[in-house]
Amino acid sequence: MKTFRAFVRKEFKHIFRDKRTLIILFGMPITQIILFGFAITTEINNADITVLDLAKDNYSQKFKDKISSSGYFHIIKELDSYNEIEPTFRKGKTKLAVIINQNFGKDLINNKDAKIQVITDASDPNTANILAGYLSAIIQDFALNNGALSPPTMVVKSQMLYNPENKSVFMFVPGVMTIILMLVSAMMTSITIAREKELGTMEILLVSPLKPAVIIIGKVLPYLVLSLINAITILMLGLFVFGIPMNGSYPLLFGEVILFILSSLILGLLISTISNSQQTAMLISMMGLMLPTILLSGFIFPISSMPVILQYVSDIIPAKWFIIIVKSIMLKGMGLDTIMMETGIIVFTTLILAVLAIKKFKIRLE
Amino acid sequence: MIKVENITKNYGDVKALKGVSFEVKKGQLYGLIGPDGSGKTSLFRILTSLLMPSSGKATLSDYDTVKDYKKIRKIVGYMPERFSLYMDLTVEENLNFFATVFNTTVEENYHLIEYIYKMLEPFKHRRAGALSGGMKQKLALSCALIHKPEVLLLDEPTTGVDPVSRKEFWEMLKMLQETGLTTLVSTPFMDDAELCDEVALIQDGNILKIDTPANIAASYPHKLWKVVTENNYNTLKALDKLDGKISAFSFGHSVHLATEDRVPEDSIKKHLVDNNIKIENIEPIKASIEDVFMELMR
Repeated sequence: MKTFRAFVRKEFKHIFRDKRTLIILFGMPITQIILFGFAITTEINNADITVLDLAKDNYSQKFKDKISSSGYFHIIKELDSYNEIEPTFRKGKTKLAVIINQNFGKDLINNKDAKIQVITDASDPNTANILAGYLSAIIQDFALNNGALSPPTMVVKSQMLYNPENKSVFMFVPGVMTIILMLVSAMMTSITIAREKELGTMEILLVSPLKPAVIIIGKVLPYLVLSLINAITILMLGLFVFGIPMNGSYPLLFGEVILFILSSLILGLLISTISNSQQTAMLISMMGLMLPTILLSGFIFPISSMPVILQYVSDIIPAKWFIIIVKSIMLKGMGLDTIMMETGIIVFTTLILAVLAIKKFKIRLE
Repeated sequence: MIKVENITKNYGDVKALKGVSFEVKKGQLYGLIGPDGSGKTSLFRILTSLLMPSSGKATLSDYDTVKDYKKIRKIVGYMPERFSLYMDLTVEENLNFFATVFNTTVEENYHLIEYIYKMLEPFKHRRAGALSGGMKQKLALSCALIHKPEVLLLDEPTTGVDPVSRKEFWEMLKMLQETGLTTLVSTPFMDDAELCDEVALIQDGNILKIDTPANIAASYPHKLWKVVTENNYNTLKALDKLDGKISAFSFGHSVHLATEDRVPEDSIKKHLVDNNIKIENIEPIKASIEDVFMELMR
């Protein structure tokens, strides 16, 4: 026990005396969460658009006012002819153009089909889709209020449950927390063990009565504590800066967080057993963990729209399940009973990884 | 105390050790002398149980290095080739850490390292990374000694250390020997060898010779001359055609020339003068271990 405490103390000294480690450990999570929370967002406000109004009547003016007042669009220019549309797109000045047909007002009054054409710049398909979506909602609304004589059509009113304003921060905070915890835990542990190998101190540790378990747990424990602090920081930012609700129980959330950190730490151990230098360890954790986690965890790209094979691959990524768990607890306020399966999967993979890591930990140099 | 029997070690196709055998008796200061790449480090790693031999057997205090590796790791004090210390920990922290790892305290075995540690004491709050080479080496030795090992294994402890520190270091080893410690030390420096009780010369994974340093030096079979001239290179070239020459090597500022017994000093002088070489000094000398090594490698 005394040796173990000495080992952990030494580990903390390594961390607190290395500025680079400290920056990665505490600077990165905060910058990432702020970056993702503020800058990278799928909501679009005040998109620049152009309008070609061929009707120039009361109704078309009303329609344009409605677009402008929605908050989503900003009409930067009224065009005079069709020929002007393409150049504005080419210059990248606008993402969308609305063309109002000549007889817009007349057709509306006469209960004929009033025609509006919407052209979007699909070189950025995501934005194009979202903008077209916003605009058709506005058009529908406008038609309901002004085309009084039109036959009743089906009106779909969708309600965004658990995230009524459809804020992307609700998705990013759990996602970023997952990525950060995974990265910090796995990368840091793998690097610290690789560093001992690189400096030759591992040779001395091996030629000592230290048990492998003491070395492993001694390496993992400090990072478990620090990752937990990270998790709390991210959570606080999420709650107080981005206004994410916390509807579930804190003990359950932290239990799950610790479980996930543990699984990542053990993954880091496994990486360190196959890498002999800090650089290799870092590369493997970056390439082998970061990318698949970001791409396949459902953090950025919805899993349901992936090819079937990739969907299966995503099933073995603990991060995917952790994101589901965090969202269930925080946004939906679910209890353990509903996230039993997800928790079970993480426990199971953690155990497998632990067995592998201990088996692969070498008591010798080769 | 240390028994090495016919150890071989292969890394793929590379044969690092080709059947090495020797024995170190209790209380001996034993030197393993050989150039870089001769297999010294592989042998040390086998003895410390860090590597497994491809064949053969080694025991330390009758514990097998493969089977009883856990026991070996309790009785061995090991200092690897590079000073393996935590550079971001202070002198004191390093020492305390290694003491705790071996289930002991600095106080308990302070008498063992007192002499060495006294020299480090003024720097005890300095980080190991900021120490000079000689200081690092002393700290590494202290760390290897702090758990009162029965056997001390030092892999090239004097490489990269200034001559004064090197001399000090060997004095320390001599002092440690008086406490009954068995020490195996490897070094590429032949002059280190003279300070050992017994040495094994190793080259290319083979042991060339095992004896006391005095006997090894005395075993030199030829007549040896030290020739001092202005330019070693020209001298060596000129000596190539000398009648009765066996070998000639550059030794710092002089040339060591081995000849058959029949060659007199005058004929060497005459030969050099004939080749337009200005002689500063020429004298017969006793062979050192390095001369023997060169002879064995020839």
